[in-house]
Amino acid sequence: MLEIENLTVEVGGKDILHDLSLTVMTGYTTVLFGPNGSGKSTLLMTIMGFSGYNVKSGRILLNGEDITHMPVNERAKRGIGMMMQRPPNLMGVKLKDLVRVTGRGDIDPAVLAEELDMTAFLDRDVNIGFSGGEIKRSEILQLEAQNPCLLLLDEPESGVDLVTIEKLGAKVHDLLQGTSHCAGWRQKSGKAALIITHTGQILDYVEADRGYVMCNGTVACSGNPRELLAEIRKMGYNECIRCKINRSNIKENF
Amino acid sequence: MVSNDEKKAKDALKKAAKFGEDIDLDDYNEGSRELSVTGSFEELSDDIKETMMDAGIVPTEKGKAGNFLLMDNTVVHSATIGSGVELMPLSQALKVHDWLKDYMWKAVMPDTDKYTAETYLQNADGYFIRALPGAKVKLPVQTCLLLKNRNSKQYVHNVLIAEEGSDFEVVTGCATSKGVEKGLHLGISEFFLKKNSKLSFTMIHNWSEFIGVRPRSAIVMDEGATFINNYIALKPVKTIQTYPTAFMNGKNGVCRFNSIAVAHPGSMMDLGSRAVLNAPGCRAELISRTITTGGTVIARGQLIGNSPGIKAHLECKGLILSDKGVQIAIPELEARVPDVEMTHEAAVGKIAQDQVEYLMSRGLSEEEAVGMIVRGFLDVGIRGIPDHLKAEIDKALQETDVRGS
Repeated sequence: MLEIENLTVEVGGKDILHDLSLTVMTGYTTVLFGPNGSGKSTLLMTIMGFSGYNVKSGRILLNGEDITHMPVNERAKRGIGMMMQRPPNLMGVKLKDLVRVTGRGDIDPAVLAEELDMTAFLDRDVNIGFSGGEIKRSEILQLEAQNPCLLLLDEPESGVDLVTIEKLGAKVHDLLQGTSHCAGWRQKSGKAALIITHTGQILDYVEADRGYVMCNGTVACSGNPRELLAEIRKMGYNECIRCKINRSNIKENF
Repeated sequence: MVSNDEKKAKDALKKAAKFGEDIDLDDYNEGSRELSVTGSFEELSDDIKETMMDAGIVPTEKGKAGNFLLMDNTVVHSATIGSGVELMPLSQALKVHDWLKDYMWKAVMPDTDKYTAETYLQNADGYFIRALPGAKVKLPVQTCLLLKNRNSKQYVHNVLIAEEGSDFEVVTGCATSKGVEKGLHLGISEFFLKKNSKLSFTMIHNWSEFIGVRPRSAIVMDEGATFINNYIALKPVKTIQTYPTAFMNGKNGVCRFNSIAVAHPGSMMDLGSRAVLNAPGCRAELISRTITTGGTVIARGQLIGNSPGIKAHLECKGLILSDKGVQIAIPELEARVPDVEMTHEAAVGKIAQDQVEYLMSRGLSEEEAVGMIVRGFLDVGIRGIPDHLKAEIDKALQETDVRGS
């Protein structure tokens, strides 16, 4: 579904991603690990197409189509949806209205909100005064209305209490496994996700198929996400960096 | 005998206003005082009804405490429908209430500028609205000031009195008949809010790109009085300058000015609101949200704290949606005693790109995203608007063209 080829991205005059390649296959849930500042969020923001994330080289392909320089809304139309870590405040825009327009009239914001304990937030301005966990619930609510094919989730579990994480995890699971057609033009029923996680907690709720470890703006390693997580827990990210350097040294020596 | 006021007015006939471009009053004809009157709003032509509705006035008696319509300089209709409130032309009220003359020109001075002077000397008519002592008037009184004929000069003098303990609501819609290519509106409004009274006053301006507008309003408030002013100007106008002032003379008064305005290409809007807090415990909040899509808008606000123990906040926020548009925010705080709490917040700029893209990431087009943010931005300016107007204003906001030129 998503192919990232040799992507180099600059933010504010500084290269953040270097020659990064990865693949998210249709029907697969892919997890991104990596220390703070390794470029995980930058990658997601670049895939969504936000300004300020300038692609210097490389390509982003969605179902074979080059979307590298496409406007944000065109990417959304093709089925990409994102849960942001720090979405902007929208003064005067009620969550209810945003959910309604996002759902293009096909959904009832009240019903969706009730399942997420967000009923009281429908008449509030989007993100204003929301706690960390409330922002996550609000983002999931919007994603439910949007129903994307490719979910980009930036740390869905951060700042969320234990009860909420269960609910959120279940919702993410539903979004991935749901039977309804997604919002992508091609309306493929297969969905995919690219999820940033620090703690790996989200793995308790969604079946992750593949994991990537990012260090210094590029992919250091990939493999079975649970095994990767176990390694990271045991050895820390420094080991990933060391490992990557070792591997490239080996390559060079050949 | 020439009264003192009259002499002052005569002397002020050439006196330019402190703000706003100078308008030559001789450029306009006297608006007619002899248009035909009508027995009810329902009898008006469909054209006129439509114009009124665009200014928030519903052409019906149902659900209203009173209806009033001034066309050019003729009171075409005036009827009190509900109880607890009196509504009549000011000229008639002066005959009915001997005491009313003691209120005339006490809040707005005749020699403020040439516009007040001219209105004084023309002995302008307008509406007189009085909520009776203790009356809780549930339904709104609606008044409409309409420019009917081309090149007319309309003078209006309104007096509103909220008697002790009363509570009422007024909606005033100002509009121009379709096809009127030039006109001038001069409007004096004097408000007197007695002890513990409350008035919610909403003014909707729906002039046109050819009309000059110079309202002059002042509100005199006694102890415990509450004044809520909502001002909405979403349609084009040629030039408007207004700076209503609340004089909060009794303790624990509350006043709120909420204004939203859109300056379209060719529009020059100089909008302000001022609260003079003269007694302990008074609170004031002046909030304005302005947008330019190509015109110029000046958002003024002034808080004057003359008494200890007052609290007031002023907010002017402006969005620039066009390279040709100009936004000027001028918030002023003036404190004359130490024990006051006065704050202001002013910001002008373009729409934040991250907000637009956030909405676009949900599938909205750029235009839809901008529209949603702009409507939200304006909506904050009128959070206190009466429920029955909410739907109308929402509709007007939906229809407001926010594309920059």
